[in-house]
Amino acid sequence: MQEFLQLIVTGLVIGSVYALVAMGFALIYKATSIINFAQGEFVLVGAYVCLWLYNSMGLPIIVAFILTMCISVLMGIVLERLILRPMIGEPIISVIMITIALATVLKAFVTIVWGTQIQVFSPPIFSQKALHFGVVRVSEVYLWTVGFAFLFLVVFAAFFKFTRVGIAMRAVADDQQVAQSMGISVKRVFAISWSIGALVSAVGGILVGNINGINIALSDFGLKVFPAVILGGLESIGGAIIGGLTIGVLENIMGSYLDVYLGGGVKEVAPFIVLIVILMIKPYGLFGIEEIERV
Amino acid sequence: MPCGLFFTSYEKDDAIFKTKWLKGWMTAFAVFLLTYPLYGQQVSDLIGFNTLNLFNLIFIYIIGAHGLNLLTGYTGQISLGHGAFMGVGAYTAGILANMGVPFWLCLPAAGVMTAAIGMIFGIPSLRLKGLYLAIATMAAQFIIDYAMRNWTSLTGGSSGLIVPAAQIGDFVFDSDASFYYIGLLFAAGATIYLKNLTRTRTGRAFIAVRDRYLAAEVIGVNLFKYRILSFGISSFMVGIAGGLWAFYITIISDEHFTMWLSVQYLAMCIVGGLGHVLGSIFGVVFMVVLPELLRLPAEALTDIYPNIFGIFASLREMIFGIIVILFLIFEPDGLAARWHTIRAYWKLWPFSY
Repeated sequence: MQEFLQLIVTGLVIGSVYALVAMGFALIYKATSIINFAQGEFVLVGAYVCLWLYNSMGLPIIVAFILTMCISVLMGIVLERLILRPMIGEPIISVIMITIALATVLKAFVTIVWGTQIQVFSPPIFSQKALHFGVVRVSEVYLWTVGFAFLFLVVFAAFFKFTRVGIAMRAVADDQQVAQSMGISVKRVFAISWSIGALVSAVGGILVGNINGINIALSDFGLKVFPAVILGGLESIGGAIIGGLTIGVLENIMGSYLDVYLGGGVKEVAPFIVLIVILMIKPYGLFGIEEIERV
Repeated sequence: MPCGLFFTSYEKDDAIFKTKWLKGWMTAFAVFLLTYPLYGQQVSDLIGFNTLNLFNLIFIYIIGAHGLNLLTGYTGQISLGHGAFMGVGAYTAGILANMGVPFWLCLPAAGVMTAAIGMIFGIPSLRLKGLYLAIATMAAQFIIDYAMRNWTSLTGGSSGLIVPAAQIGDFVFDSDASFYYIGLLFAAGATIYLKNLTRTRTGRAFIAVRDRYLAAEVIGVNLFKYRILSFGISSFMVGIAGGLWAFYITIISDEHFTMWLSVQYLAMCIVGGLGHVLGSIFGVVFMVVLPELLRLPAEALTDIYPNIFGIFASLREMIFGIIVILFLIFEPDGLAARWHTIRAYWKLWPFSY
């Protein structure tokens, strides 16, 4: 029982970061109908930029963090303008392929600049000291991770709900033509969506980087986001958050209980098995919009 | 050279080689391909890399790319799992060959096995479209990849599986030049098959499913049947490619059949031109020859940047990504479309109006 609780708690920690990245992914999909295979590379670039500013440039973590945010936002805007805007109205296959190609370029860029060795924030930003809550043991860095992840989730949820830009974004997601005729700049909303998507991914990358260190494998995070958003329903931001948390817990539990039988590494593949099952049973997820076609 | 198509019968309009010129050129090209191994070694020595090896890789990839082109280009179903499907073919052929099954039986078996697996993962395609299907096939890629890596009793895991060279009777195909003919046979077969398939009832049904699937269903095309069939044929072809790969490389490990291979297959089809038989051929040639050509400037630069080979793999990936992005933005119909434009231009040159 104790082990089970422990697994759920650590699963929730990673799940909260999945939720954060998945929110960025769902946001981009909702506003622009582009499925972003480069989300994991946004995580990677964000983490490395922050690490570089903190380790090599010697900036205080707050400054490094804020600078990373700015760079991510800038990257989102530039990529949207140069690469993704020409793709509006192109077939799905082209759009998918261009984000995959973008992912390849970003990953290769990171490898060329920072190498493939695992790197850690030094000195560590959060302490690894273990805290005890009843039977469950959690290290401090995990708590900080969950805290920051939820902080950002709440801030952005409030942003969509209450601010003028947030409402404009929801309008564009609902109906682009109507939104445009009401005087909302759809192009600006696209740019904002991409920059927020890049920003939350960078935050996710920095948070995970504090736990395990950073190397090129961090981009796999972007792939784990797919099960999360499919579970929640592609169009739903709330669904992405719930999906992220669920996938985090599920992969942890399946990983540790099934590894013995299947020879290790179940954690890597479990989310995708869940994904296939969801697609077979309930393809539009928990909160997705079911497409109904009439001739 | 004709300056237009002036057919007087349907048979002529339906023919594969529509004009005598085309027939002549294709015959010359076939003769070139058939005789190439006779002087291929000399050509390789002259230009400094192994062209026979390059040809063999091109042949193998053409079969797989035709498969993916059939699925994605003609039927409009996206697959991000063809790398893993190729792995299924390779392992099936390799395991059977190790059990003593003759070469000419291993290949069809590899195709059938891959077709079966491809069809299983194609089942969701009835309910899923576009984005969802891409994600489903991506999941298939990871699951199969995991099985190849961790089912060690069957696949040998990461240490790889050694496959005996292809053998028919007493003749062993263990050199680049002898394997060349197997590769050529299958690549030419796949090309002719795909070209003919698109002229049949089935092929036209595929295209109808791609263009307007609701309209297709209304006029009586069974969507589920044709989508699954497309997955089946496509996986069969990529499975054959995998089987040939196993016999050519003779040692297979899971590292080759990753997501990266699936992406490369898609890139080949897109750069070449989706929905054109010529497209997959152009795409494969481009994608296989380009890394070899990139090696030359890299070697030249070693004097200035001694560690260029350390980052060469990443640099290659970066250039690969940039090329795909540029193609998608500036030439979304691929090299095949460009080829048609060039041909149309010369047909009427110099009086293009």
